[in-house]
Amino acid sequence: MRRYLMRRLVLLVFVVWGVVSVTFVVTLKAGDPAAFMYHIRETKEEIEELRRRLGLDRPLHEQYFNYLVKAVQGDFGSSIRHRQPATALILDRLPYTLLLGGLALLISFFLALPIGVLAAVKRGTSLDGLTMLFALVGQAIPVFWLGILLILIFGVWLRWLPVSGAGSLKHLALPAVTLAAYPLARNARLVRSSVLEVLGREYVTTARAKGLKDWTVLIRHVLRNALMPIMTLNALDLGSLLGGAVITESVFGWPGMGRLTVLAIRDWDYPVVQAGVALIAMTYVLANLLVDLLYLALDPRIRLEGQ
Amino acid sequence: MTSTAVFTSKDGALRHQHESRRMARVWQSLSRAKPALAASFVLAIAIMASIAAPFLSSKDPNGVDIMVRLQPPALLDDGSWTNPLGTDQLGRDVFTRLLYGGRISLTVGFATALLAGIIGMVLGLLSGYYGGLLDEAIMRVADIFLAFPFLILAMVTIMMVGSGLGTMILVLSIFGWVGFARVIRAETLSIREKELVEAARAIGCRNGRIIAYHILPNVFAPMIVIATFAVASVIVVEAALSFLGLGIPPAIPSWGMMLSDSRNVLRDAPWIGILPGLCITLVVLSLNLVGDWLRDFLDPRLR
Repeated sequence: MRRYLMRRLVLLVFVVWGVVSVTFVVTLKAGDPAAFMYHIRETKEEIEELRRRLGLDRPLHEQYFNYLVKAVQGDFGSSIRHRQPATALILDRLPYTLLLGGLALLISFFLALPIGVLAAVKRGTSLDGLTMLFALVGQAIPVFWLGILLILIFGVWLRWLPVSGAGSLKHLALPAVTLAAYPLARNARLVRSSVLEVLGREYVTTARAKGLKDWTVLIRHVLRNALMPIMTLNALDLGSLLGGAVITESVFGWPGMGRLTVLAIRDWDYPVVQAGVALIAMTYVLANLLVDLLYLALDPRIRLEGQ
Repeated sequence: MTSTAVFTSKDGALRHQHESRRMARVWQSLSRAKPALAASFVLAIAIMASIAAPFLSSKDPNGVDIMVRLQPPALLDDGSWTNPLGTDQLGRDVFTRLLYGGRISLTVGFATALLAGIIGMVLGLLSGYYGGLLDEAIMRVADIFLAFPFLILAMVTIMMVGSGLGTMILVLSIFGWVGFARVIRAETLSIREKELVEAARAIGCRNGRIIAYHILPNVFAPMIVIATFAVASVIVVEAALSFLGLGIPPAIPSWGMMLSDSRNVLRDAPWIGILPGLCITLVVLSLNLVGDWLRDFLDPRLR
């Protein structure tokens, strides 16, 4: 297991390095400050001066090296648009994204459990069919359309909830539900199938045979063992949650780092893009690592392996 | 799945007989699976409507007419059959734009699945068949790709290379091959150990021939299943990128962009926000259903 964790760590370092390197190319493309200087009054000397100050007159490998050294220290330069350090700008928005993503994950997890278990226990009934139909549709609905539909229903027609911005719990409701829909649908299906699988195992029959109550069997024996595949899938799919967060933030004007990064991409504000992409990648990587550690805590089989 | 190997038979008559028997089997299974059957119809309609777009509507999808802004669909009050699904904020016909938007979604979806599928298949075959250092290298690269936050990088890449239909397909393929490669590799690993490969080697087949004639036909089934799901997810990603303003250039109508445009007029013209999303959802749902059915049909083990 320790070997596995080491391998994961090395991989993660490579991932962050790769992502940061890819974004370096953005600098090259944006490199010539003349591209931004639509003020014609800037003379050739002034542009040359700017190029020197930004280090753009150096050879490529040197630029890349300097970029990496600064990136490691979390320095991506100043935002062209906001004239503030890009990293600070993005870090300001990080809590919003974590709040939205975390809440969506919680909703999807804790709703999916009872729904999936119910569908599995009532297998073959119309209740099961209806739940799975919802899950199927929930997996096919694109996040941005669901967001628009919810805005239309709860914001425009019913006027119950605000449709954009942040500040109160009410602002969080629609974005969180929107983002939770896909993982909820997927988890519900998965909970159903893993519970069905575990229900047929011998230890469940044993537990029943020794006279345990249905609930006790379900929680202590079935759910506990059905949980692993669900955790694995959620961990593997954190990327899609992050991607969904970027889109959800854009639909609802939620001031997270995804929204800021999308706007920066449109404005060619490359320091912010680089800081944003690097931080999103870091969040992703750290979340993955966290899940790996969680496995250790939850499953004694993994802990004992290799000892 | 092993039965597919028979189709490499050179005997024309035998092959034809197999083909027709197989078609009968496909139809028999499909007609029993009602959701998949309905989904195939939806897909067929979507594909035909996209192909026949110029014949189904004589209007220009970008034809601006300020005089008929935000017309409601024909079935609502004040609607007319000149614009059966209404018009948007620039007076463009929503029905026509949906037809042409479908072309973009389906083209990007199928082309990307094809390209990513080919890249993934080649790498998966090489990785699984030769193993060793090559396998290790390809799989580690695949791990890194899989660990990338996909949408973010697609956004940045499109920012760098500029938007366009070809660019979109290329960028999405570069990020999409991993799923194919991993599954094809796993399949290749198991087929490599089978007697048919041993026999081929015994009669003196070279590696290239073994891969092309004996392994490739046997990995087609899982490949088609993954490709179906890939088309669905690519359609969503394309729409998402277009929605964020980072996809197909504004001159080409696409479902994602129609949704993005709809946000400012949602109060007055909800149909502009409802219809394109409905199209995406229906197509994606259908592809998922067909994919589920294909998986059951082609490989009962996975059920």
